[in-house]
Amino acid sequence: MDPKEVKERLKIPRQPMPEQDPKERVRNFNEVPFGYPPELAMKEAMRCIQCKKPLCVEGCPVEIDIPAFLDLIVQGKFVEAARKIKEKNALPAVCGRVCPQEDQCEKVCVVGKKGEPVAIGNLERFAADYERETGAVEIPEIPPPTGKSVAVVGSGPAGLTVAGDLVKLGHKVTIFEALHAPGGVLMYGIPEFRLPKSIVEAEVDYLKRMGVEIICNAPIGKIETVDELLQNGYDAVFLGTGAGLPYFMGIPGENLIGVYSANEYLTRVNLMKAYRFPEYDTPVIRGKKVAVIGGGNTAMDAARTALRLGPEKVYIIYRRSREEMPARLGEIHHGEEEGIVFKFLTNPVRFIGDEEGRLEAIECVRMELGEPDESGRRRPVPIPGSEFKIPVDTAIIAIGNGPNPLIPQTTEGLKVNKWGNIIVDPETGKTSKRGVFSGGDIVRGGSTVILAMGDGRKAARAIHEYLQTGNW
Amino acid sequence: MFPIVEKKVLSPTVFQLKVVAPTIARKRKPGQFIILRIHEEGERIPLTIVDSDPEKGTITLIVQEVGKTTALLGTMKEGDAILDVVGPLGKPTHIKNFGTAVVVGGGIGIAPVYPISKGLKEAGNRVVAILGARNKDLLILEREMRAVSDEVYITTDDGSYGRKGFVTEMLLELIKKRVRMDMVLGIGPLPMMKALCEVTRPYGIYTVVSLNPIMVDGTGMCGACRITYDGKVRFVCVDGPEFDGHKVDFDELIKRNRTYLKEEKIAMEEFTYHEGPKCYETTGE
Repeated sequence: MDPKEVKERLKIPRQPMPEQDPKERVRNFNEVPFGYPPELAMKEAMRCIQCKKPLCVEGCPVEIDIPAFLDLIVQGKFVEAARKIKEKNALPAVCGRVCPQEDQCEKVCVVGKKGEPVAIGNLERFAADYERETGAVEIPEIPPPTGKSVAVVGSGPAGLTVAGDLVKLGHKVTIFEALHAPGGVLMYGIPEFRLPKSIVEAEVDYLKRMGVEIICNAPIGKIETVDELLQNGYDAVFLGTGAGLPYFMGIPGENLIGVYSANEYLTRVNLMKAYRFPEYDTPVIRGKKVAVIGGGNTAMDAARTALRLGPEKVYIIYRRSREEMPARLGEIHHGEEEGIVFKFLTNPVRFIGDEEGRLEAIECVRMELGEPDESGRRRPVPIPGSEFKIPVDTAIIAIGNGPNPLIPQTTEGLKVNKWGNIIVDPETGKTSKRGVFSGGDIVRGGSTVILAMGDGRKAARAIHEYLQTGNW
Repeated sequence: MFPIVEKKVLSPTVFQLKVVAPTIARKRKPGQFIILRIHEEGERIPLTIVDSDPEKGTITLIVQEVGKTTALLGTMKEGDAILDVVGPLGKPTHIKNFGTAVVVGGGIGIAPVYPISKGLKEAGNRVVAILGARNKDLLILEREMRAVSDEVYITTDDGSYGRKGFVTEMLLELIKKRVRMDMVLGIGPLPMMKALCEVTRPYGIYTVVSLNPIMVDGTGMCGACRITYDGKVRFVCVDGPEFDGHKVDFDELIKRNRTYLKEEKIAMEEFTYHEGPKCYETTGE
């Protein structure tokens, strides 16, 4: 690109995505941003200066050819742009919405060195939505069957990626899902206003149309073990069962009525649609004063979900300061706009209930930051005598998840670490058990959708090789 | 979809269903449960698997109408189908030859007691059963329990059948008569299980209970079903449903099971108003 053109392009400011007004959106579960209209998308894509050595591609865990798809958007070839993304990423409409781009592609974007980076995530979302909404989604040609079949356990981002990659290579793929709907954390965890469930359903439908079989209500480890899958004709098994075991704090009063794990709270509202009770049968406590404990994306999701159920106040209680919050900046920003009250450097010490066992208040202690710990973040230390109470009737604990034990408990020869996460070779996803691969949160602990997908991609490659060569 | 192939009314509020679920029928062991969801808008509720027929691919469920979902199930007929059935969930009962096993079932609790008693009998135990109900009409599975027990004692709250009184009184009497008991298994309403554990505690008799907390996923993912057990948090869906009753904090669980009383009432009222079969007549007193 000639320097003049580069200069022109650098003058274009980053185009914000139009979104629902905060006052309006806290009263509904509709998606917050509306997405770019085509002209805004083209303008934003113009900001890419088509670097010869695009750092953004290196910053992407699945190595999407970002400059190429942005250039296609500039040319108005939106469907082609979506297909370009899909060469590397099977779930662009999902990733465009939930990836932490500011820590990945957009973090290293050259345009962002001086000004704001190109809105790669927003544009990924635009291309994927355009393709889907105009009915342009095409099913790729599937090669003749290889005669090999693979069982994928769990239908979250890792499992869906593995399934998509392998079915395109001609293998027979069956996904086993324990819940009644496929999608894993995309269905039960991430709220409707951030990732509409119709989008997850469309992505799952795309896999089905490619020939992936999905069996719901099938908890592997219970209905069949991994060994039985291998004996019953599956040539390989991928375990993508996620981080399905909520951590609690281990402080008094944690089992009072009104104290939820984020998993339970989000599952009730998202998967079971408790926000539409009694039209839907599953209830959830509609608290007047709600406190969410934790500082990650799940905490933000829980807090913003709680806001939409009509409370007086929603707090986020986090033991470190704002700078250390692991949540995406955009989520914190959205939460602030919507009226969440942040209590930084604050840590619960006990939950207090009434005689019926219902939560009334949380006793907290103020914290200060001391020396850095193993994670490199400054360790929060309680300030003695600084205890105080916050009256709340609902508390949601979002301090992370452990690995779900159903599979490790029932699979002989599968090695796990001291936290119970499955041990794999990071390059291939190979576990200690022949023919069994794994990736995503069951390996990583709490992580992101895109890293789970990256694991799925690598594992799919290794599974394909294993199926062809039989070498372990 | 999971079709209902047989429905039998056991008492005015309790009915039995046979549901087609071939893999579960083949895999399940005594003590395990399923979670079902009737339709798209439905909630997920856990129910014990009472029996199964691996040949026919069916599982047997016994349901007491206590809320909207169970009432709706009660309106379903043979040929209707349940949208989702997932299982077998939970750990199977630890069955071995203990010697003499005293099995105690209260009300609907006799339903989960039955498959375990059958398992205990098959393992060579002498099975002594104590079955309780509020009255004669509400007593279920008497014939089935007699078939797998060496001795059966029956109590009703109103004395309309068997002995008047509670199962706990009967149990205490047997203990005092020095009837040998190497383990006690008790399942029923939480207050009954709590009382039962207090009866056996002073005598140091190993007592197993099966708990029925509120659940959502049933695979350890949500933690709704957590209890305090021996001072620690346990998830009933994956660590249970059976526990050493002497270590269970019953008072906490009793409170937790009341979490949604208000919502349950709303759902039930909506249900009886819109779709319920019951009509309310004035008696013209």
